[in-house]
Amino acid sequence: MAEFEVPVLSIKNLNKQFGKGCPYCQDEESLVKNYCPVCGTVYACRDVSFDVFPGEVLGIVGESGSGKSTLMQCLYFDQEVTNGEAYLADYHNGEKNLFQESSQQQRYIRNNIMGKVYQNPLLGLKMNFSSIGNIAEKLIAAGNQHVGMMENRGTELLNKVNIPVHRRKEAPKNFSGGMQQRVQIAKALSNRPPLLLLDEVTTGLDLSVQASVLDLIKSLQRELNISIVLVSHDLGVIRMLADRTLVMLEGRVIEQGLTDQILEDPQHRYTQQLVHSLL
Amino acid sequence: METLLEIKNLSKSFDLHNLGKHIRAVSSVDIQIKEGEFVGITGKSGSGKSTILKCIYGTYRIQQGSILYHSKKFGRINLAEATERELLYLRKHEIGYVSQFLNVMPRTTARQLVKQAILEMGDDHDLAEKETEKILAHFELDEELWDSYPTTFSGGEKLRLNIARAMVKKPRLLLLDEPTASLDHDSKIKVKLLIEQLMKEGTTMLGIFHDLEFMNHLCNQEYNIQNGVFSHSTSFTNS
Ligand SMILES: Nc1ncnc2c1ncn2[C@@H]1O[C@H](COP(=O)(O)OP(=O)(O)OP(=O)(O)O)[C@@H](O)[C@H]1O
Ligand SMILES: Nc1ncnc2c1ncn2[C@@H]1O[C@H](COP(=O)(O)OP(=O)(O)O)[C@@H](O)[C@H]1O
Ligand SMILES: [Mg+2]
Ligand SMILES: [Mg+2]
Ligand SMILES: [Zn+2]
Repeated sequence: MAEFEVPVLSIKNLNKQFGKGCPYCQDEESLVKNYCPVCGTVYACRDVSFDVFPGEVLGIVGESGSGKSTLMQCLYFDQEVTNGEAYLADYHNGEKNLFQESSQQQRYIRNNIMGKVYQNPLLGLKMNFSSIGNIAEKLIAAGNQHVGMMENRGTELLNKVNIPVHRRKEAPKNFSGGMQQRVQIAKALSNRPPLLLLDEVTTGLDLSVQASVLDLIKSLQRELNISIVLVSHDLGVIRMLADRTLVMLEGRVIEQGLTDQILEDPQHRYTQQLVHSLL
Repeated sequence: METLLEIKNLSKSFDLHNLGKHIRAVSSVDIQIKEGEFVGITGKSGSGKSTILKCIYGTYRIQQGSILYHSKKFGRINLAEATERELLYLRKHEIGYVSQFLNVMPRTTARQLVKQAILEMGDDHDLAEKETEKILAHFELDEELWDSYPTTFSGGEKLRLNIARAMVKKPRLLLLDEPTASLDHDSKIKVKLLIEQLMKEGTTMLGIFHDLEFMNHLCNQEYNIQNGVFSHSTSFTNS
């Protein structure tokens, strides 16, 4: 049957290696996990392909070092891919490989079509800027100039993520971990991107704070009908938020399916281990 | 009446790699359901009843057989080969499932849960709000509970909410896995009333009930699993 929907984001055969490789590791069989014992090259993402559809949350799980964050960095151009293709429906009708665009175009895409929230707020925020200033920065990067409009939009966004209006001028360094993630989320949403990338955004937060950030993501996703790629090693988070899930191991996607398929009828040995050890 | 669902030679087994186990859950299942019918499955615990429903809903991926469903959106579609997105669409718009277990979403109020289900069908907010209140009232869920979190509800309240959420969508095909198992008599009657109402409105249902009497009054056909053998036991035509 022909596909009845057009993906928002389409990734084809993405590869990312750290290191040059050597004759020894040309043969994949000789790798130890995803690492070449001779030249030290790490094959962090190997032949990763997937689609993200409108309004869906795609979860990515996998053990530490399986390449999840590297993948997210590649998608946001924080890292340069070794090779592969990425297409966004909202960029030239999905006909241009984003990885081959100029860095100027990539900056445009980052600022207008995507938002990202990092596990470590230091990577996503200027800790000494005011919170609303952090948001304005992203608005300016996307070409906004009107101060009043940015002030309004910033306030609206902080309100949406439950940061009290009177604290909007405070710097994130004064905020708790949960509040910092909220400011990051507000910033990521500022240019109404159709796609949001979330990498372990609740890891390291207190359970109750985690819960409130997850709630926020869920309600924003419903309200804005935005597409989200969500990386987490926490299957509870995946169960709560993801419609579909990819499982990564040693840089590869070893299994994918509806989230309930992955959790209730895992096929791959590793996925079974992951799921059953937590039940 | 047209055939809505036709299962042919379905088998499902589980390979548990880390335990070195191979579990045959069901084999050689054949089921035919016409539009508007209420079909029951009976069998002992562990005989594979829930497995069949989960295969239809797409939670379990099958090794063998086909599950042909007549979709409004896609026409004839083999659910065993449908894409993930097609399954998600069907779950939102055409196929409902009430689990035998209490699976409510944490941190979403009862009202939000039901309303969200209606909105997924494309209704507008005001209508959804009205429908939500109507069904919550039908199941006599205390008004005080409407805006609180189901994780704090009693077993019966959770279950009633689960059923309300599935039924309010008026799916074309509703899969019911022992929805009344832990309900008291009054709640069972309420579920029954709703099932009857849905039948009148043309919803096709495939259900597992441990209360055979409850089921027999509603059923058009019954299938039975005994000692791993799946068979068509009764047809009550023109009922
Ligand atoms: N800048 C880098 N230079 C060299 N190797 C790197 C670099 N970044 C990541 N790697 C390696 O790539 C592999 C994948 O790392 P990545 O951070 O993507 O894992 P992850 O799946 O996000 O793990 P975690 O769950 O622990 O966050 C690891 O072996 C890591 O050591
Ligand atoms: N997700 C699963 N993983 C492994 N085995 C399963 C799974 N689901 C069901 N089974 C097995 O399949 C058989 C049928 O179970 P089930 O369909 O739940 O029976 P019933 O609903 O008739 O009580 C049982 O042996 C059960 O242990
Ligand atoms: Mg990581
Ligand atoms: Mg069962
Ligand atoms: Zn090497």
